[in-house]
Amino acid sequence: MRTDGITWLKLRTPAMLLLLLVALATLTLYASTYTVMLATNILMYVILTVSWVLFSGPTGYVSLATAAFFGVGVYTSAILGSVLPLPLVILAAALASFSLAALVGGLTLRLKGVYFAFFTFGLVELIKHLLLWYEVSVTGLRGRFVVVNDSGAIYYVILVILLLLLLTSYLLRRSRLGLALQSIGQSEDAAAHTGINVSAVKTIVFALSAVFVGAAGAAMATRWGYVDPYIAFDYLYSFTAVAMAVFGGPGRFAGPILGAVVFAFLRELLITRFPYIYMLVMGLVLVVTILYLPQGLIELAGKAPWRKLRGSRESA
Amino acid sequence: MSLLEVDGITKNFGGLAAVSRVDLQVEAGTVIGLIGPNGAGKTTLFNLLSGALKPNSGTIRFQDADITGLKPHQICRKGLSRTFQSVKVFGALPASQNVLAGAIFGSSGRISPRQAGAEVARLMEFVGLSAVGDVPARDLTLANQKRLEVARALATKPDLLLIDELMAGLNPTEVAQAMDLVAAIRQQGTTVLIIEHVMKAIMSICDRIAVLHHGEKIAEGLPQEIATSRTVIEVYLGE
Amino acid sequence: METIVGVVISGLLLGGLYALIAMGLSLQYGVARVLNVSHGEFIMLGGLTTWTLYTAFHINPLLSLAVCGPVAFALGYVLHRTVYRRIWASSPSPGVFESNSLLASFGLLFVIQNIALFTWGPEIRGYTYLAFPVDLLGVSFGANRLLTLASALFVGVTFYIFLARTRIGKAIRAAAQDSTAAALMGVNINSVLAVCFGFGAGLAAIAGMLISMCYPVHAVMGIPYTVIAMIVVVLGGLGSIPGSFLGGVVLGLIGSLVSYVEPALTLVAYYLIFALLLLVRPTGIMGR
Repeated sequence: MRTDGITWLKLRTPAMLLLLLVALATLTLYASTYTVMLATNILMYVILTVSWVLFSGPTGYVSLATAAFFGVGVYTSAILGSVLPLPLVILAAALASFSLAALVGGLTLRLKGVYFAFFTFGLVELIKHLLLWYEVSVTGLRGRFVVVNDSGAIYYVILVILLLLLLTSYLLRRSRLGLALQSIGQSEDAAAHTGINVSAVKTIVFALSAVFVGAAGAAMATRWGYVDPYIAFDYLYSFTAVAMAVFGGPGRFAGPILGAVVFAFLRELLITRFPYIYMLVMGLVLVVTILYLPQGLIELAGKAPWRKLRGSRESA
Repeated sequence: MSLLEVDGITKNFGGLAAVSRVDLQVEAGTVIGLIGPNGAGKTTLFNLLSGALKPNSGTIRFQDADITGLKPHQICRKGLSRTFQSVKVFGALPASQNVLAGAIFGSSGRISPRQAGAEVARLMEFVGLSAVGDVPARDLTLANQKRLEVARALATKPDLLLIDELMAGLNPTEVAQAMDLVAAIRQQGTTVLIIEHVMKAIMSICDRIAVLHHGEKIAEGLPQEIATSRTVIEVYLGE
Repeated sequence: METIVGVVISGLLLGGLYALIAMGLSLQYGVARVLNVSHGEFIMLGGLTTWTLYTAFHINPLLSLAVCGPVAFALGYVLHRTVYRRIWASSPSPGVFESNSLLASFGLLFVIQNIALFTWGPEIRGYTYLAFPVDLLGVSFGANRLLTLASALFVGVTFYIFLARTRIGKAIRAAAQDSTAAALMGVNINSVLAVCFGFGAGLAAIAGMLISMCYPVHAVMGIPYTVIAMIVVVLGGLGSIPGSFLGGVVLGLIGSLVSYVEPALTLVAYYLIFALLLLVRPTGIMGR
């Protein structure tokens, strides 16, 4: 494993990680409201990215549905926010996202990857249209108001969701399900012939990856106050997750986290004054990364679960 | 009742019959060889048996149950496993984890971590790979990768093991070791159906041999019958 | 009776358009094996460029077809040679290539869409051209819509003949069947793939131009069309170009029917068909 003298890697010692955790946990005590909101955004992007890598990393199936699960979370918050306490709302959002992902996965993951890509791509548009029709024809009201929470509370909710996600990812890797997933990623044929129910494993992990995205959506919605189908179902969430993951490079944590942090900062810098330029730059960065930086920002050798997406000697 | 009964199995690709009305019976405890020129349909037949492909017609009965059309993981759990012609190990995983996957997912019952670990150790020893258990599978030599595939398949506790070209690309020493391995597999009670091109090996380890040509079974019998059969000799010389 | 005729002809109108955009995507995936999610953005570019040329320079939309088409073709051609060919060279397997080119086209989607937003802004644009009513079988249609149908059919059929009769067309069909074999037969496969991609972009731009004649256009209109193109391509069978033509017409007829009852649910209806297709017959009408 090359270190290239990048001090970043020194952060991975347990002492530094603990320090980071403490710093994050006590953020609201010493940071300004702006910083807390910035941190919330960054953590949210990390959730989206790490969730995406959880499934698409090992299997090589590119999911473009992140925005759909996020939107489902947002709307669950909008619908239930006034009748249930926040923890239950988030749980409901997680469940809704899980169900949607299980449905989509069950339908498409038994087929070739192209069907999965097509179906997940259009999913965002589909749900948007469905909700628009529903709001226009049935309720007559466009959009919904959301019960608002204070930024400190939202920050902690997002932090907890992220920690749960990281824990899940860690446990998954060491579990039987994780072994099955990695085997599928190495050779789907061989995995099937070794007794692994390939479609079921893919669907379960895909559904699992959607849980945290939905939960994050439900939490973030409480900061906005008002949502409508366009706000909730924005392709930018799918795109951001993918771009950050690819840019960050292979790995379950280091790559996606680095990519998310860099992009989130860039976003803060450009979003208010040059929104189109920001998105354009992100698009270019994604294309350029794929063309010229196969390993993304971090060069991690060895157990790259990106083997399938970025290329390796292994034949898929 | 034979362990495996294949009846009139046919597989078409477009207009081409890759496997055409093949009948085959494999008795428990035997080693059956499957030979034929390249493109004869041998691997396709294996794909049909293991569930990787669905036949257009015909039936496959294994342990007196119809397994035609079942998915690969279901057939594996029933006790029919295989290796692959182009080696398909789980490259990034350590060799022992490849076998572990077989032990955990391939048998029909639930296995505890300790039992799985013991089973993996035993099988790695059996195929002679104990020394390289922690090496990523893709870093092993070809011969070792093939052995690893055998270990992984054996971990699923098969009653019938399909071996697809174990000896291709091996030097004579490695071929001899592979032959010993097949003999050891038979000795521990697993029935073997083996595709092979190395004639010497096939002739010496098999109880019976079936010959495929253009998707059809053109001959079947004892090794010496096959070795002296005019039909078979013509098929090989004529190619 | 009137209504049925109206729905059917409307369906054919829509179908012709769908066939055009689907054929483009089918070429790009079926031959060049690129899952081009930015396909709809070329449609959008065709539409907005035509709008600009008409409202600013009063150039007849049909004339600007002569401009938009080739320019889009060139753009697609260049994109393939610079981006996708390079990805192909660095991908160790077709599966990796598909994933990487999908990701790249996703990136391009945002690049193109934001260039458009920067240039034209997010407002919805429209113009009227040949909007006078024409009577057909007792039902009244805008002349521009009939012109759209005629143009779509013309382009579609011409292209189909091109594929069937010319040398390049045959090379494309060969490459679609088996690119390795085609390369061995002397087909300059890199050129053919880039040409295919260019044609895909060109067809999309032409469709965009036709759309702008009848409907409003705006910078973010691309994605719904991409989704529709995907559904049609799956419906017709992945890799089958005549299949996408047929699939387009079928979906257009369905869309017209659903539109009659509840226009806002057309995409939802399409998706239901999509899901049903994946459940029952993923290979589509003419897929192999």
